[in-house]
Amino acid sequence: MALLEVKNLGISFGGLRAVDNFNISIKQGQLYGLIGPNGAGKTTIFNLLTGVYRPTDGSILLDGKSIVGQSIHKISQEGIARTFQNIRLFGKMTVLENVKVGLHNEYKYSLLASILQYPTIKKEAEMNERAMEILKVFGLEEDAKLLASNLPYGQQRKLEIARALATNPKLLLLDEPAAGMNPNETLELMDTIRLVRDQFNVTILLIEHDMKLVSGICEELTVLNFGTVLAQGKPEVVLNDPKVVTAYLGE
Amino acid sequence: MANEFVKKKSGEVKKASIKKLIVIALVYVGVIVLVNSGILGYQYRNLLVSVSVNIIMAVSLNLVTGFLGELSLGHAGFMAIGAYTGSLITLHLELPMWLEIIAGLAGAGVMAAIFGLIIGIPVLRLHGDYLAIVTLAFGQIIASILNYAKSITGGASGLSNIPEYTTSKHYILVITLVILSVVIISNIMKSRYGRAITAVRDNYIAAEATGVSIRNYKIFAFVVGAFFAGIAGFIFAHNVGIIKPNKFDFNMSINILVIVVLGGMGSIRGSIIAAIILTVLPEMLRDIQDYRMLMYAVLLIAAMLFNNSKLRKHLVDDGALKKLFTRKKKEA
Repeated sequence: MALLEVKNLGISFGGLRAVDNFNISIKQGQLYGLIGPNGAGKTTIFNLLTGVYRPTDGSILLDGKSIVGQSIHKISQEGIARTFQNIRLFGKMTVLENVKVGLHNEYKYSLLASILQYPTIKKEAEMNERAMEILKVFGLEEDAKLLASNLPYGQQRKLEIARALATNPKLLLLDEPAAGMNPNETLELMDTIRLVRDQFNVTILLIEHDMKLVSGICEELTVLNFGTVLAQGKPEVVLNDPKVVTAYLGE
Repeated sequence: MANEFVKKKSGEVKKASIKKLIVIALVYVGVIVLVNSGILGYQYRNLLVSVSVNIIMAVSLNLVTGFLGELSLGHAGFMAIGAYTGSLITLHLELPMWLEIIAGLAGAGVMAAIFGLIIGIPVLRLHGDYLAIVTLAFGQIIASILNYAKSITGGASGLSNIPEYTTSKHYILVITLVILSVVIISNIMKSRYGRAITAVRDNYIAAEATGVSIRNYKIFAFVVGAFFAGIAGFIFAHNVGIIKPNKFDFNMSINILVIVVLGGMGSIRGSIIAAIILTVLPEMLRDIQDYRMLMYAVLLIAAMLFNNSKLRKHLVDDGALKKLFTRKKKEA
Protein backbone atom coordinates (compact mmCIF):
# COMPACT_ATOMS: atom_id res chain seq x y z
CA MET A 1 0.00 0.00 0.00
CA ALA A 2 1.15 3.50 -0.79
CA LEU A 3 2.30 5.83 2.00
CA LEU A 4 0.38 8.75 0.53
CA GLU A 5 -2.78 8.15 -1.43
CA VAL A 6 -4.56 11.22 -2.77
CA LYS A 7 -7.79 10.79 -4.72
CA ASN A 8 -9.85 13.33 -6.67
CA LEU A 9 -8.47 16.19 -4.59
CA GLY A 10 -9.93 19.58 -5.43
CA ILE A 11 -10.27 23.04 -3.95
CA SER A 12 -12.15 26.14 -5.08
CA PHE A 13 -11.50 29.67 -3.91
CA GLY A 14 -14.77 31.39 -4.72
CA GLY A 15 -15.21 30.78 -8.43
CA LEU A 16 -11.58 29.79 -9.00
CA ARG A 17 -10.86 26.10 -9.26
CA ALA A 18 -7.24 26.08 -8.03
CA VAL A 19 -6.78 22.32 -7.95
CA ASP A 20 -9.06 19.86 -9.70
CA ASN A 21 -9.23 16.07 -9.75
CA PHE A 22 -5.69 15.64 -8.44
CA ASN A 23 -4.51 12.08 -7.88
CA ILE A 24 -1.18 10.92 -6.60
CA SER A 25 0.15 7.77 -5.03
CA ILE A 26 3.57 7.81 -3.38
CA LYS A 27 5.23 4.64 -2.16
CA GLN A 28 7.20 4.35 1.07
CA GLY A 29 10.77 5.58 0.55
CA GLN A 30 10.11 7.16 -2.83
CA LEU A 31 11.61 10.45 -4.03
CA TYR A 32 8.75 12.09 -5.86
CA GLY A 33 8.75 15.33 -7.85
CA LEU A 34 5.91 17.77 -8.41
CA ILE A 35 6.60 20.21 -11.24
CA GLY A 36 4.72 22.68 -13.38
CA PRO A 37 4.57 26.32 -14.44
CA ASN A 38 4.09 29.13 -11.95
CA GLY A 39 0.55 29.31 -10.62
CA ALA A 40 -0.19 25.69 -11.55
CA GLY A 41 -1.22 24.93 -7.97
CA LYS A 42 1.85 23.11 -6.63
CA THR A 43 2.12 25.00 -3.35
CA THR A 44 -1.67 24.84 -2.99
CA ILE A 45 -1.34 21.06 -3.03
CA PHE A 46 1.27 21.27 -0.26
CA ASN A 47 -1.11 23.47 1.69
CA LEU A 48 -3.88 20.94 1.19
CA LEU A 49 -1.67 18.07 2.32
CA THR A 50 -0.55 19.91 5.47
CA GLY A 51 -3.99 21.15 6.49
CA VAL A 52 -3.50 24.84 5.75
CA TYR A 53 -6.43 24.60 3.31
CA ARG A 54 -9.35 22.24 3.64
CA PRO A 55 -10.10 20.52 0.33
CA THR A 56 -13.56 21.09 -1.17
CA ASP A 57 -13.53 17.49 -2.34
CA GLY A 58 -11.40 14.40 -2.48
CA SER A 59 -9.50 12.33 0.05
CA ILE A 60 -5.97 12.25 1.46
CA LEU A 61 -4.78 9.05 3.10
CA LEU A 62 -1.47 8.93 4.94
CA ASP A 63 -0.49 5.37 5.77
CA GLY A 64 -4.12 4.40 5.21
CA LYS A 65 -5.47 7.03 7.58
CA SER A 66 -7.51 10.01 6.42
CA ILE A 67 -6.03 13.35 7.44
CA VAL A 68 -8.58 15.62 5.78
CA GLY A 69 -9.99 18.21 8.17
CA GLN A 70 -7.31 17.78 10.82
CA SER A 71 -5.51 20.82 12.19
CA ILE A 72 -2.06 21.74 10.93
CA HIS A 73 -0.16 20.72 14.05
CA LYS A 74 -2.07 17.41 14.26
CA ILE A 75 -1.08 16.59 10.67
CA SER A 76 2.52 17.37 11.58
CA GLN A 77 2.21 14.90 14.45
CA GLU A 78 0.68 12.35 12.07
CA GLY A 79 3.91 12.49 10.11
CA ILE A 80 3.90 15.14 7.38
CA ALA A 81 6.64 17.76 7.64
CA ARG A 82 7.34 20.57 5.20
CA THR A 83 9.63 23.41 4.24
CA PHE A 84 8.46 26.68 2.73
CA GLN A 85 9.07 28.39 -0.58
CA ASN A 86 9.94 31.61 1.25
CA ILE A 87 12.06 30.42 4.15
CA ARG A 88 10.27 30.47 7.49
CA LEU A 89 12.71 30.01 10.35
CA PHE A 90 12.46 31.12 13.96
CA GLY A 91 14.82 34.01 13.30
CA LYS A 92 15.47 35.17 16.85
CA MET A 93 16.22 31.67 18.08
CA THR A 94 19.49 29.82 17.64
CA VAL A 95 20.06 27.15 15.01
CA LEU A 96 19.98 24.50 17.73
CA GLU A 97 16.74 25.83 19.19
CA ASN A 98 15.11 25.82 15.76
CA VAL A 99 15.74 22.09 15.52
CA LYS A 100 14.63 21.59 19.11
CA VAL A 101 11.26 23.13 18.28
CA GLY A 102 11.03 20.37 15.69
CA LEU A 103 11.66 17.86 18.49
CA HIS A 104 8.81 19.41 20.51
CA ASN A 105 6.52 16.40 20.25
CA GLU A 106 9.29 13.80 20.27
CA TYR A 107 10.63 14.61 23.72
CA LYS A 108 7.88 15.54 26.14
CA TYR A 109 7.90 16.45 29.82
CA SER A 110 5.33 18.05 32.09
CA LEU A 111 5.01 21.69 33.06
CA LEU A 112 5.83 20.78 36.65
CA ALA A 113 9.04 19.12 35.46
CA SER A 114 9.98 22.28 33.58
CA ILE A 115 9.42 24.40 36.71
CA LEU A 116 11.42 22.05 38.96
CA GLN A 117 13.95 21.49 36.16
CA TYR A 118 13.82 17.82 36.95
CA PRO A 119 14.09 15.58 35.02
CA THR A 120 14.11 18.30 32.39
CA ILE A 121 17.88 18.66 32.33
CA LYS A 122 18.32 15.05 31.22
CA LYS A 123 15.57 15.33 28.59
CA GLU A 124 17.03 18.60 27.30
CA ALA A 125 20.46 16.96 27.06
CA GLU A 126 18.93 14.14 25.02
CA MET A 127 17.24 16.72 22.81
CA ASN A 128 20.51 18.55 22.31
CA GLU A 129 22.20 15.33 21.35
CA ARG A 130 19.50 14.41 18.82
CA ALA A 131 19.40 17.95 17.43
CA MET A 132 23.17 17.94 16.97
CA GLU A 133 22.99 14.60 15.14
CA ILE A 134 20.48 16.08 12.73
CA LEU A 135 22.49 19.30 12.31
CA LYS A 136 25.58 17.25 11.55
CA VAL A 137 23.89 15.64 8.56
CA PHE A 138 23.54 19.14 7.11
CA GLY A 139 27.00 20.31 8.17
CA LEU A 140 25.47 22.88 10.49
CA GLU A 141 26.86 21.61 13.78
CA GLU A 142 29.43 24.41 13.99
CA ASP A 143 26.67 27.01 13.67
CA ALA A 144 24.46 25.55 16.41
CA LYS A 145 24.73 28.64 18.60
CA LEU A 146 24.21 31.23 15.86
CA LEU A 147 20.90 32.99 15.46
CA ALA A 148 18.99 31.40 12.59
CA SER A 149 18.52 34.78 10.90
CA ASN A 150 22.30 35.25 10.78
CA LEU A 151 22.89 32.16 8.64
CA PRO A 152 23.62 32.57 4.94
CA TYR A 153 20.72 31.82 2.61
CA GLY A 154 21.79 28.33 1.57
CA GLN A 155 22.31 27.26 5.18
CA GLN A 156 18.90 28.62 6.11
CA ARG A 157 17.32 26.33 3.53
CA LYS A 158 19.19 23.40 5.01
CA LEU A 159 18.18 24.35 8.54
CA GLU A 160 14.54 24.36 7.46
CA ILE A 161 14.93 20.78 6.22
CA ALA A 162 16.72 19.84 9.45
CA ARG A 163 13.90 21.29 11.53
CA ALA A 164 11.30 19.44 9.46
CA LEU A 165 13.19 16.16 9.90
CA ALA A 166 13.35 16.67 13.66
CA THR A 167 9.59 16.06 13.80
CA ASN A 168 10.36 12.49 12.70
CA PRO A 169 8.08 12.60 9.64
CA LYS A 170 6.95 9.78 7.40
CA LEU A 171 6.55 12.19 4.50
CA LEU A 172 8.71 15.25 3.90
CA LEU A 173 7.45 18.00 1.59
CA LEU A 174 10.13 20.27 0.15
CA ASP A 175 8.89 23.45 -1.53
CA GLU A 176 11.56 24.55 -4.03
CA PRO A 177 14.58 23.50 -1.95
CA ALA A 178 17.06 24.69 -4.59
CA ALA A 179 15.53 28.13 -5.13
CA GLY A 180 18.23 30.79 -5.08
CA MET A 181 21.09 28.30 -4.97
CA ASN A 182 24.03 28.30 -7.36
CA PRO A 183 24.79 25.13 -9.41
CA ASN A 184 27.36 23.89 -6.90
CA GLU A 185 25.02 24.33 -3.97
CA THR A 186 22.30 22.56 -5.94
CA LEU A 187 24.57 19.56 -6.56
CA GLU A 188 25.38 19.45 -2.87
CA LEU A 189 21.68 19.69 -2.04
CA MET A 190 20.91 16.73 -4.30
CA ASP A 191 23.35 14.59 -2.33
CA THR A 192 21.85 15.82 0.92
CA ILE A 193 18.31 14.98 -0.17
CA ARG A 194 19.31 11.45 -1.13
CA LEU A 195 21.21 11.06 2.13
CA VAL A 196 18.21 12.30 4.09
CA ARG A 197 15.90 9.82 2.41
CA ASP A 198 18.23 6.91 3.21
CA GLN A 199 19.34 7.93 6.67
CA PHE A 200 16.00 9.12 8.06
CA ASN A 201 13.93 6.50 6.27
CA VAL A 202 11.59 9.17 4.97
CA THR A 203 9.53 9.56 1.82
CA ILE A 204 10.06 12.82 -0.03
CA LEU A 205 7.76 14.86 -2.24
CA LEU A 206 9.39 17.96 -3.69
CA ILE A 207 8.41 20.95 -5.79
CA GLU A 208 11.24 22.23 -7.96
CA HIS A 209 11.92 24.28 -11.06
CA ASP A 210 15.53 23.20 -11.43
CA MET A 211 15.28 20.45 -14.06
CA LYS A 212 18.77 19.18 -13.32
CA LEU A 213 17.76 18.45 -9.77
CA VAL A 214 14.40 17.00 -10.75
CA SER A 215 15.76 14.63 -13.41
CA GLY A 216 18.77 13.89 -11.19
CA ILE A 217 17.04 12.60 -8.10
CA CYS A 218 13.30 12.15 -8.64
CA GLU A 219 12.14 8.60 -9.26
CA GLU A 220 8.70 9.62 -10.37
CA LEU A 221 7.11 12.89 -11.46
CA THR A 222 3.76 14.55 -11.64
CA VAL A 223 3.37 17.58 -13.89
CA LEU A 224 0.69 20.04 -12.92
CA ASN A 225 -0.88 22.64 -15.21
CA PHE A 226 -3.83 24.90 -14.36
CA GLY A 227 -4.54 22.82 -11.27
CA THR A 228 -4.86 19.51 -13.10
CA VAL A 229 -2.45 16.65 -13.74
CA LEU A 230 -0.83 16.96 -17.16
CA ALA A 231 1.42 13.92 -16.99
CA GLN A 232 2.60 11.36 -14.48
CA GLY A 233 5.35 8.74 -14.52
CA LYS A 234 9.08 8.19 -14.83
CA PRO A 235 11.10 11.40 -15.35
CA GLU A 236 12.65 10.37 -18.66
CA VAL A 237 9.19 9.64 -20.11
CA VAL A 238 7.40 12.63 -18.58
CA LEU A 239 10.05 15.20 -19.45
CA ASN A 240 9.95 14.14 -23.11
CA ASP A 241 6.18 14.16 -23.31
CA PRO A 242 5.23 16.74 -25.99
CA LYS A 243 2.39 18.05 -23.81
CA VAL A 244 4.81 18.78 -20.97
CA VAL A 245 7.35 20.33 -23.30
CA THR A 246 4.84 22.82 -24.73
CA ALA A 247 3.15 23.65 -21.40
CA TYR A 248 6.18 23.95 -19.18
CA LEU A 249 9.62 23.24 -20.55
CA GLY A 250 9.43 25.10 -23.86
CA GLU A 251 10.63 23.93 -27.24
CA MET B 1 31.67 15.73 18.41
CA ALA B 2 27.96 15.87 19.15
CA ASN B 3 28.54 14.04 22.41
CA GLU B 4 31.20 16.44 23.50
CA PHE B 5 28.86 19.29 22.80
CA VAL B 6 26.13 17.72 24.90
CA LYS B 7 28.50 17.07 27.78
CA LYS B 8 29.70 20.63 27.62
CA LYS B 9 26.11 21.75 27.46
CA SER B 10 24.97 19.77 30.52
CA GLY B 11 28.08 21.01 32.34
CA GLU B 12 26.99 24.52 31.41
CA VAL B 13 23.51 23.80 32.73
CA LYS B 14 24.95 22.68 36.07
CA LYS B 15 27.18 25.73 36.21
CA ALA B 16 24.19 27.93 35.39
CA SER B 17 22.08 26.45 38.20
CA ILE B 18 24.90 26.93 40.71
CA LYS B 19 25.25 30.50 39.51
CA LYS B 20 21.52 30.96 39.91
CA LEU B 21 21.62 29.69 43.52
CA ILE B 22 24.48 32.07 44.30
CA VAL B 23 22.54 35.00 42.84
CA ILE B 24 19.47 34.08 44.90
CA ALA B 25 21.56 33.83 48.08
CA LEU B 26 23.16 37.19 47.31
CA VAL B 27 19.74 38.79 46.83
CA TYR B 28 18.61 37.53 50.24
CA VAL B 29 21.80 38.61 52.00
CA GLY B 30 21.78 41.95 50.19
CA VAL B 31 18.20 42.74 51.12
CA ILE B 32 18.65 41.64 54.74
CA VAL B 33 21.77 43.79 55.08
CA LEU B 34 20.12 46.77 53.39
CA VAL B 35 17.03 46.59 55.59
CA ASN B 36 18.71 45.88 58.92
CA SER B 37 21.77 48.08 58.66
CA GLY B 38 19.72 51.20 58.14
CA ILE B 39 21.36 52.02 54.80
CA LEU B 40 17.85 52.18 53.39
CA GLY B 41 15.80 54.94 54.95
CA TYR B 42 12.21 54.36 55.95
CA GLN B 43 10.99 55.75 52.65
CA TYR B 44 13.08 53.34 50.58
CA ARG B 45 12.31 50.39 52.81
CA ASN B 46 8.66 50.89 51.94
CA LEU B 47 9.57 50.98 48.27
CA LEU B 48 10.87 47.43 48.56
CA VAL B 49 7.34 46.07 48.23
CA SER B 50 6.45 48.35 45.30
CA VAL B 51 9.62 47.27 43.54
CA SER B 52 8.72 43.64 44.18
CA VAL B 53 5.19 44.07 42.83
CA ASN B 54 6.52 45.80 39.73
CA ILE B 55 9.13 43.10 39.14
CA ILE B 56 6.50 40.35 39.18
CA MET B 57 4.16 42.44 37.01
CA ALA B 58 6.88 43.25 34.48
CA VAL B 59 8.27 39.73 34.24
CA SER B 60 4.78 38.25 33.81
CA LEU B 61 3.80 40.86 31.20
CA ASN B 62 7.07 40.13 29.42
CA LEU B 63 5.87 36.57 29.01
CA VAL B 64 2.96 37.81 26.89
CA THR B 65 4.51 40.86 25.25
CA GLY B 66 8.16 39.87 24.95
CA PHE B 67 8.08 36.11 24.51
CA LEU B 68 4.72 35.60 22.84
CA GLY B 69 5.00 38.94 21.05
CA GLU B 70 1.43 40.13 21.72
CA LEU B 71 0.91 43.63 23.04
CA SER B 72 -1.26 43.51 26.15
CA LEU B 73 -2.64 46.75 27.61
CA GLY B 74 -4.79 45.17 30.29
CA HIS B 75 -2.27 43.59 32.61
CA ALA B 76 -3.48 45.70 35.55
CA GLY B 77 -6.87 44.00 35.13
CA PHE B 78 -5.38 40.64 36.12
CA MET B 79 -3.62 42.34 39.00
CA ALA B 80 -6.94 43.79 40.18
CA ILE B 81 -8.55 40.36 40.10
CA GLY B 82 -5.71 38.94 42.16
CA ALA B 83 -5.84 41.84 44.61
CA TYR B 84 -9.60 41.60 45.16
CA THR B 85 -9.75 37.80 45.29
CA GLY B 86 -6.80 37.60 47.67
CA SER B 87 -8.16 40.34 49.91
CA LEU B 88 -11.64 38.84 50.08
CA ILE B 89 -10.11 35.53 51.10
CA THR B 90 -7.91 36.98 53.86
CA LEU B 91 -10.72 39.28 55.05
CA HIS B 92 -13.30 36.53 55.38
CA LEU B 93 -11.22 33.58 56.50
CA GLU B 94 -10.41 33.24 60.17
CA LEU B 95 -7.26 31.18 59.99
CA PRO B 96 -3.68 31.46 61.20
CA MET B 97 -1.79 34.09 59.20
CA TRP B 98 0.28 31.66 57.15
CA LEU B 99 -2.67 29.58 56.08
CA GLU B 100 -4.54 32.73 55.08
CA ILE B 101 -1.58 33.89 53.03
CA ILE B 102 -1.28 30.57 51.23
CA ALA B 103 -5.03 30.40 50.55
CA GLY B 104 -5.07 34.05 49.47
CA LEU B 105 -2.13 33.67 47.10
CA ALA B 106 -3.56 30.52 45.56
CA GLY B 107 -6.98 32.11 45.15
CA ALA B 108 -5.52 35.31 43.69
CA GLY B 109 -3.35 33.44 41.18
CA VAL B 110 -5.98 30.94 40.12
CA MET B 111 -8.78 33.49 39.72
CA ALA B 112 -6.53 35.76 37.65
CA ALA B 113 -5.49 32.75 35.57
CA ILE B 114 -9.15 31.92 34.88
CA PHE B 115 -9.63 35.45 33.57
CA GLY B 116 -6.43 34.98 31.58
CA LEU B 117 -8.08 31.98 29.96
CA ILE B 118 -11.18 34.04 29.15
CA ILE B 119 -9.14 36.83 27.56
CA GLY B 120 -6.98 34.19 25.89
CA ILE B 121 -9.87 33.10 23.67
CA PRO B 122 -10.17 36.32 21.60
CA VAL B 123 -6.39 36.16 21.36
CA LEU B 124 -6.83 33.26 18.97
CA ARG B 125 -8.71 35.39 16.47
CA LEU B 126 -6.79 38.63 16.84
CA HIS B 127 -3.28 39.85 17.02
CA GLY B 128 -1.21 42.99 16.88
CA ASP B 129 -3.01 46.33 17.27
CA TYR B 130 -6.45 44.73 17.38
CA LEU B 131 -5.54 42.48 20.27
CA ALA B 132 -3.97 45.41 22.11
CA ILE B 133 -7.31 47.26 21.95
CA VAL B 134 -9.19 44.17 23.16
CA THR B 135 -6.91 43.82 26.18
CA LEU B 136 -7.34 47.53 26.85
CA ALA B 137 -11.13 47.10 26.84
CA PHE B 138 -10.75 44.06 29.06
CA GLY B 139 -8.97 46.16 31.68
CA GLN B 140 -11.83 48.69 31.57
CA ILE B 141 -14.43 45.93 31.97
CA ILE B 142 -12.69 44.64 35.09
CA ALA B 143 -12.59 48.13 36.56
CA SER B 144 -16.31 48.70 35.94
CA ILE B 145 -17.29 45.29 37.33
CA LEU B 146 -15.34 46.09 40.48
CA ASN B 147 -17.15 49.43 40.67
CA TYR B 148 -20.64 48.01 40.27
CA ALA B 149 -20.45 44.77 42.26
CA LYS B 150 -20.78 46.81 45.46
CA SER B 151 -21.96 43.99 47.72
CA ILE B 152 -18.76 42.03 47.12
CA THR B 153 -16.12 44.56 46.18
CA GLY B 154 -17.30 47.60 48.11
CA GLY B 155 -17.79 49.61 44.91
CA ALA B 156 -15.81 52.77 44.33
CA SER B 157 -14.68 52.99 47.95
CA GLY B 158 -13.10 49.55 47.59
CA LEU B 159 -11.93 47.19 50.30
CA SER B 160 -10.20 48.36 53.43
CA ASN B 161 -8.68 46.91 56.58
CA ILE B 162 -6.94 44.27 54.50
CA PRO B 163 -4.48 42.52 56.82
CA GLU B 164 -0.98 43.85 56.21
CA TYR B 165 0.76 40.60 55.43
CA THR B 166 3.16 41.78 52.78
CA THR B 167 4.42 45.12 54.07
CA SER B 168 8.12 45.86 54.26
CA LYS B 169 8.08 44.29 57.74
CA HIS B 170 7.53 40.95 56.05
CA TYR B 171 10.19 41.59 53.46
CA ILE B 172 11.50 38.03 53.58
CA LEU B 173 8.10 36.72 52.44
CA VAL B 174 7.87 39.34 49.71
CA ILE B 175 11.39 38.68 48.41
CA THR B 176 10.72 34.94 48.45
CA LEU B 177 7.58 35.44 46.36
CA VAL B 178 9.49 37.58 43.86
CA ILE B 179 12.29 35.04 43.56
CA LEU B 180 9.86 32.14 43.20
CA SER B 181 7.89 33.97 40.51
CA VAL B 182 10.99 34.94 38.54
CA VAL B 183 12.56 31.48 38.81
CA ILE B 184 9.34 29.71 37.79
CA ILE B 185 8.77 31.99 34.81
CA SER B 186 12.36 31.80 33.63
CA ASN B 187 12.43 28.00 34.04
CA ILE B 188 9.27 27.71 31.97
CA MET B 189 10.72 29.98 29.31
CA LYS B 190 13.83 27.83 29.08
CA SER B 191 11.81 24.64 28.67
CA ARG B 192 9.97 23.17 25.67
CA TYR B 193 6.97 25.31 26.67
CA GLY B 194 8.94 28.53 26.42
CA ARG B 195 10.53 27.39 23.20
CA ALA B 196 7.09 26.75 21.72
CA ILE B 197 5.93 30.24 22.78
CA THR B 198 8.92 31.96 21.18
CA ALA B 199 8.51 29.82 18.07
CA VAL B 200 4.92 31.07 17.75
CA ARG B 201 6.22 34.64 18.08
CA ASP B 202 8.99 34.25 15.50
CA ASN B 203 6.87 32.51 12.86
CA TYR B 204 3.47 31.13 13.72
CA ILE B 205 3.00 29.45 10.35
CA ALA B 206 6.23 27.50 10.72
CA ALA B 207 5.51 26.78 14.39
CA GLU B 208 2.18 25.19 13.58
CA ALA B 209 3.66 23.24 10.66
CA THR B 210 6.34 21.95 13.06
CA GLY B 211 3.66 20.47 15.32
CA VAL B 212 3.27 23.28 17.87
CA SER B 213 -0.36 24.10 18.67
CA ILE B 214 -0.57 27.87 18.36
CA ARG B 215 -3.90 27.92 20.17
CA ASN B 216 -2.64 26.08 23.24
CA TYR B 217 0.56 28.03 23.63
CA LYS B 218 -0.99 31.44 23.11
CA ILE B 219 -3.58 30.72 25.79
CA PHE B 220 -0.90 29.16 27.97
CA ALA B 221 1.20 32.33 27.86
CA PHE B 222 -1.80 34.49 28.78
CA VAL B 223 -2.82 32.18 31.63
CA VAL B 224 0.65 32.02 33.19
CA GLY B 225 1.10 35.78 32.77
CA ALA B 226 -2.27 36.42 34.42
CA PHE B 227 -1.53 34.00 37.27
CA PHE B 228 1.57 35.92 38.31
CA ALA B 229 -0.15 39.28 37.85
CA GLY B 230 -2.69 37.92 40.34
CA ILE B 231 0.12 37.09 42.78
CA ALA B 232 1.46 40.62 42.37
CA GLY B 233 -2.05 41.93 43.06
CA PHE B 234 -2.17 39.99 46.32
CA ILE B 235 1.14 41.46 47.46
CA PHE B 236 0.01 44.95 46.44
CA ALA B 237 -3.28 44.70 48.36
CA HIS B 238 -1.72 43.30 51.51
CA ASN B 239 0.89 46.04 51.51
CA VAL B 240 -1.32 49.11 51.21
CA GLY B 241 -4.31 47.72 53.12
CA ILE B 242 -6.86 49.57 50.99
CA ILE B 243 -7.71 48.83 47.35
CA LYS B 244 -9.98 50.72 44.98
CA PRO B 245 -10.90 49.97 41.37
CA ASN B 246 -9.22 53.12 40.06
CA LYS B 247 -5.85 51.92 41.38
CA PHE B 248 -5.78 49.31 38.61
CA ASP B 249 -6.52 51.56 35.68
CA PHE B 250 -5.01 51.97 32.25
CA ASN B 251 -2.13 54.00 33.72
CA MET B 252 -0.94 51.06 35.76
CA SER B 253 -0.94 48.78 32.71
CA ILE B 254 1.03 51.37 30.75
CA ASN B 255 3.58 51.81 33.56
CA ILE B 256 4.26 48.09 33.54
CA LEU B 257 4.50 48.08 29.75
CA VAL B 258 7.05 50.91 29.96
CA ILE B 259 9.15 48.77 32.31
CA VAL B 260 9.01 45.81 29.92
CA VAL B 261 9.93 47.91 26.89
CA LEU B 262 12.77 49.65 28.71
CA GLY B 263 14.15 46.37 30.05
CA GLY B 264 13.96 44.81 26.61
CA MET B 265 11.33 42.54 25.09
CA GLY B 266 11.98 38.96 26.03
CA SER B 267 14.64 39.77 28.61
CA ILE B 268 13.72 38.71 32.14
CA ARG B 269 16.85 40.23 33.63
CA GLY B 270 16.12 43.49 31.81
CA SER B 271 12.58 43.59 33.19
CA ILE B 272 13.88 43.19 36.74
CA ILE B 273 16.47 45.93 36.39
CA ALA B 274 14.02 48.30 34.69
CA ALA B 275 11.39 47.61 37.37
CA ILE B 276 13.87 48.57 40.10
CA ILE B 277 15.06 51.71 38.31
CA LEU B 278 11.63 52.97 37.29
CA THR B 279 10.14 52.39 40.74
CA VAL B 280 12.97 54.03 42.65
CA LEU B 281 13.52 56.90 40.20
CA PRO B 282 10.36 58.93 41.02
CA GLU B 283 11.28 58.68 44.70
CA MET B 284 14.82 59.92 44.02
CA LEU B 285 13.40 62.82 42.04
CA ARG B 286 11.20 63.90 44.95
CA ASP B 287 13.68 66.67 45.83
CA ILE B 288 13.02 68.60 42.64
CA GLN B 289 9.29 68.59 43.42
CA ASP B 290 7.43 70.43 40.63
CA TYR B 291 9.69 69.17 37.90
CA ARG B 292 9.54 65.59 39.07
CA MET B 293 7.22 64.14 36.45
CA LEU B 294 8.88 66.22 33.73
CA MET B 295 12.29 64.91 34.73
CA TYR B 296 10.96 61.38 34.91
CA ALA B 297 9.61 61.64 31.38
CA VAL B 298 12.85 63.16 30.07
CA LEU B 299 14.92 60.40 31.67
CA LEU B 300 12.57 57.84 30.18
CA ILE B 301 13.07 59.26 26.70
CA ALA B 302 16.84 59.29 27.24
CA ALA B 303 16.78 55.68 28.39
CA MET B 304 14.75 54.58 25.36
CA LEU B 305 17.12 56.44 23.03
CA PHE B 306 20.12 54.82 24.67
CA ASN B 307 18.51 51.41 24.36
CA ASN B 308 18.24 51.89 20.60
CA SER B 309 21.57 53.62 20.14
CA LYS B 310 24.65 52.47 18.28
CA LEU B 311 26.60 52.70 21.53
CA ARG B 312 24.48 50.03 23.14
CA LYS B 313 24.54 47.89 20.02
CA HIS B 314 28.28 48.18 20.03
CA LEU B 315 28.46 47.09 23.65
CA VAL B 316 26.23 44.12 22.96
CA ASP B 317 28.25 43.20 19.89
CA ASP B 318 31.37 43.35 21.97
CA GLY B 319 29.78 40.94 24.38
CA ALA B 320 28.97 38.56 21.55
CA LEU B 321 32.53 38.89 20.29
CA LYS B 322 33.87 37.97 23.70
CA LYS B 323 31.74 34.84 23.75
CA LEU B 324 33.04 33.80 20.36
CA PHE B 325 36.61 34.11 21.57
CA THR B 326 36.12 32.03 24.70
CA ARG B 327 34.40 29.35 22.65
CA LYS B 328 37.27 29.21 20.18
CA LYS B 329 39.77 28.85 22.99
CA LYS B 330 37.92 25.86 24.41
CA GLU B 331 37.90 24.13 21.06
CA ALA B 332 41.63 24.64 20.53
